[in-house]
Amino acid sequence: MEHAELALNNPPATEPLDAPEHWRKFAPDLDVDNVLFSELIPGGGHWSYLLSRGVSLRLTALDAGANLALVLYSAREKLERYNQPDSLKAQHTAHYTRGHVLMSDMGRALASLTADSLGWHDPLGLLLDNRLLHEKFGDHPYQSFRNGMYRSGRDGLLIEIGKYGLSKRDLVAPVNFFSKVTVDDEGRFHFVPNHAQAGDYVDLRLDMDVLVAFSAAPHPLDPNPVYAPGKVGLAAWRSGPAPKDDFCRCFRPENARALHNSDMLYLA
Amino acid sequence: MTATAIRIQESPLDPAAALLDHTLPAGEPYLLAIEQGQTLRIVDVEGNQAVDVIFYNRDDPAEHYSASETLLRQGGIYLTTGSVLYSDDGNPMLRIVADTCGRHDTLGGACAAESNTVRYALQKKFMHSCRDNYLTALQHADIGLGKRDLVPNINFFMNVPVTESGQLTFADGVSAPGKYVELRAEMNLWMLVSNCPQLNNPCNAYNPTPARFLLWDAPSQ
Repeated sequence: MEHAELALNNPPATEPLDAPEHWRKFAPDLDVDNVLFSELIPGGGHWSYLLSRGVSLRLTALDAGANLALVLYSAREKLERYNQPDSLKAQHTAHYTRGHVLMSDMGRALASLTADSLGWHDPLGLLLDNRLLHEKFGDHPYQSFRNGMYRSGRDGLLIEIGKYGLSKRDLVAPVNFFSKVTVDDEGRFHFVPNHAQAGDYVDLRLDMDVLVAFSAAPHPLDPNPVYAPGKVGLAAWRSGPAPKDDFCRCFRPENARALHNSDMLYLA
Repeated sequence: MTATAIRIQESPLDPAAALLDHTLPAGEPYLLAIEQGQTLRIVDVEGNQAVDVIFYNRDDPAEHYSASETLLRQGGIYLTTGSVLYSDDGNPMLRIVADTCGRHDTLGGACAAESNTVRYALQKKFMHSCRDNYLTALQHADIGLGKRDLVPNINFFMNVPVTESGQLTFADGVSAPGKYVELRAEMNLWMLVSNCPQLNNPCNAYNPTPARFLLWDAPSQ
């Protein structure tokens, strides 16, 4: 990130809300009446939201090679959180694409992938921590680099979940959107370079009230020797909860049951 | 990076010299304190039994076994001889020093009543599960650990291959009666175990069986 990008002037008092409609550039197909907000996440940046069931997120890679490590917790009961093994074994998958559901440890769908231009997002749960950040990229602290400092995915997620009283014990294995890692016969990881291109996107519908936290730091297996995480665009809109004939609901019987278990939280 | 191909290694340790020799019946929980330097052996007594294990730092139980750190550092998903189990803080917790099975799972997790409703049928919710075992052990022990600490576990003796096309498969066990894995503790540990009671899939060959745990002190210098 260039320093100039963050050296913004305050908006004039007559127009105090500097919330540009970023989504018009990277998600112009969204219905203007249903868009709620949008955001540009700088490479390495992190944020979190409490979002209601029936809201969908469009996540768009704005640079090739972007990565977004994302974790989910139930907003109602944060002891309930995204569970990687439960999600993978229920769907017999080691990648995520349209139709897949991100399940909690309580057997509920936290979120569903309702659209995807890529076909593969990495669910293997690897995360860039400070040790690897410094080994790979050296020391780039704030004092010398200001907001161009290098940030790790783990610290980004710890900061975000810390805002809600969660600690490192609570940090779960994330989904790495826009990244692809394959596993060979001997179990070894292979990072697939040049997977996501600028403009690739995925839609994530929230099936419960959730806390979403994410970091746009690089994937830990990304062989790029330069710290150059890509930007990600995020737009939220009202999609409504999963209908009866929802693609994800019909994708596998396991997903129908996980969505049913979420529906059971909203009976009134 | 360490390849994670099958590496068979037998142990010279004598069970008669073990300071602990405990057989855990099928479907039971187990919580054991292990000292730094001690060697733990887990035996798949009758074969094809999934033994679901999580390790915690006993001096700071907020520090736990981390599949993410362990897999990232060895560059692959299977555990066998030479694999080091790392904590979420990046500290070595245990080292696999012997293994006559050759492959252990890191991705399959532990069964739960709730995940059984998803995987099999809503009406399976009242069947016994690993996460009920974990919670039973932690509630009784009252050592400050709870549901939030039930992180992705190791399934010893279980074979869960990932295909190149990104599918997660549940293959026939590579284990057999009497196969064992041996780990040396690099810190003081809690070991939390569920001897898996799952009856809805072949992870225990539909017949959960006992697991045996042996512990040896570090050899005196």
